Amino acid sequence: MEYKMNLTQEELDILNGSKGEAMAKVMKTLVLYGEAFGATKMVPVESKMGHLVTSFGLKVMKPVYDLMDQLIEGGALSQQKFSVDPKPLDPNVPANLLQKLIFNKFMYSMQDSYDAQLNKLGLIDNESYTCTCYMDEVGNIPKKGEILSWAESSAVVFANSVLGARCNRNSGIIELFGSIVGRVPYFGLVTDEGRKATWIVEVKTTKKPEAQILGSAIGMKVMEDVPFIKGLDKWIGTELDGDTKAYLKDFGAATASNGAVGLYHIESLTPEAVEMGESLIAEGAKVYVVDDAELERVQANYPVMWKDKNATPKLCFVGCPHLSHAQLIEWTDNVAAGLKKNGLKKVSIPTVFTAAPAVVEEFNKTPYAEKLKATGVILSYICPLMYMNNPLCKSMPVITNSNKLRTYTTSRYYRSDEILDIITKEAK
Amino acid sequence: MKQFKGRPVVAGKCTAEALVSHGGFNTLASFQNALQFGDMPLIGDKNKETKCGDQNNTDLYGKPMGGKALCLPQTIGSTTGGMVLYCANVMKRNPACMLFSEHIDSLACAGAVLAAVWADEPMVTVDCLGQEFLDYVKDGMKITVEEDGTVTVE
Repeated sequence: MEYKMNLTQEELDILNGSKGEAMAKVMKTLVLYGEAFGATKMVPVESKMGHLVTSFGLKVMKPVYDLMDQLIEGGALSQQKFSVDPKPLDPNVPANLLQKLIFNKFMYSMQDSYDAQLNKLGLIDNESYTCTCYMDEVGNIPKKGEILSWAESSAVVFANSVLGARCNRNSGIIELFGSIVGRVPYFGLVTDEGRKATWIVEVKTTKKPEAQILGSAIGMKVMEDVPFIKGLDKWIGTELDGDTKAYLKDFGAATASNGAVGLYHIESLTPEAVEMGESLIAEGAKVYVVDDAELERVQANYPVMWKDKNATPKLCFVGCPHLSHAQLIEWTDNVAAGLKKNGLKKVSIPTVFTAAPAVVEEFNKTPYAEKLKATGVILSYICPLMYMNNPLCKSMPVITNSNKLRTYTTSRYYRSDEILDIITKEAK
Repeated sequence: MKQFKGRPVVAGKCTAEALVSHGGFNTLASFQNALQFGDMPLIGDKNKETKCGDQNNTDLYGKPMGGKALCLPQTIGSTTGGMVLYCANVMKRNPACMLFSEHIDSLACAGAVLAAVWADEPMVTVDCLGQEFLDYVKDGMKITVEEDGTVTVE
């Protein structure tokens, strides 16, 4: 077979089976995939660790797990350790008997065997299930300029934008294949040209915009393009500290799920914007102005997917993507204060906060853990999206402050302040 | 009859009936019910229609996708999309071919290439057919795809 890409002798040898049939097929997949996007060559993966999107042993994906078996049997294992998205199940999260039966016996019946496969392929450890692998407590933090083979849209957009790493928006399996051969095709966000902004977004709001709505508005407007955002540093500053990173985590997840953004630049804040300024903006870039009215318009247009639009919520999720340690503390204080103000002891709606296992572990060492527990909020490592992704949960009135969760499930979006108000007041 | 010239992503020949999605095709939402909950064929049941389960896709919701020439702009949604397409292929519940008016997106491309390399039968995939193709083609029209990416609609 003839390939259009310029391949090294080693890459050609792998394609011809020098490292076995499984490895040859892995390389062939990446080469054909890259060629579809005009990749001219393969480039080495430079990060210490990878990140996979597929964390679930979903029965419907059996062919994927059969493929994993072929990799393991053929010795085509990841050359780097990797983290993986959060688990779909946590016994601490409320579920009725029927849901438990469907989750454990029907939908996620391959969870244990898939977890075992991940361990064989190169999973860091059993605590490495989170969509926010870049948290300090987790430690999978790529350096600026490093080329990655990651998937999970919210992690990819964070790594590209906030950390300045280089990664395309990969599909599941493709990211694992890159970690196996230690190479990725050179195109898109891996290249200098692909990182130029083709949109200028001018933020002209009168107050700090809600990260989830601003990200949603920008994502829906620019889709897969790269935006250069002006005027946001006025509200979130010019330092990439913990609060700002948490804001950008939520903002980025919304751009990536409401649109398909893999990289954004924020004037005077994100590393490439600080370094290169407006030279990052491509010629002929389009302009999108975001003001208060635009954000209100965007939020007002979110469809409510509940059958009974006035139903009392049965569950609330906060933490998609997973919360940071500082966010957990802030939410704990806010919920406790809200309950006190309204004369309640416990949240009025079953509420689940989610965070990476390592973040939960650190949080549990602080006095805030008891404080949160006293409010009745459940702290979990679960993936809310995976929890919701079944016919039973589709008919459940679930609320969230996550625009990603809203987009992919029937959950209803409220701003964080609205969520706080709902869960700390007497339920209707 | 009209001919359109696209770019073969997974080259091959194919003849099938058109099924058209004018909006982005959410692969996970479209296939999940069919593959796991909805119209899974029981033993001996020959009903392998693989109906589209995406309520947000007004063009396709409830329509059988298996064996059709799926005409679409791009796919959207979860990054599991490529894996879902691959699974549909292995389970032989896939469209006969996928014909994109725009440049193929990374998720659909992953599914098409995975099927080409790892499954028994590749799924013919052509992209860059242009908006005119999507405007012209209607459900039920006969589609013929050639190795070089030429698509005949009649």
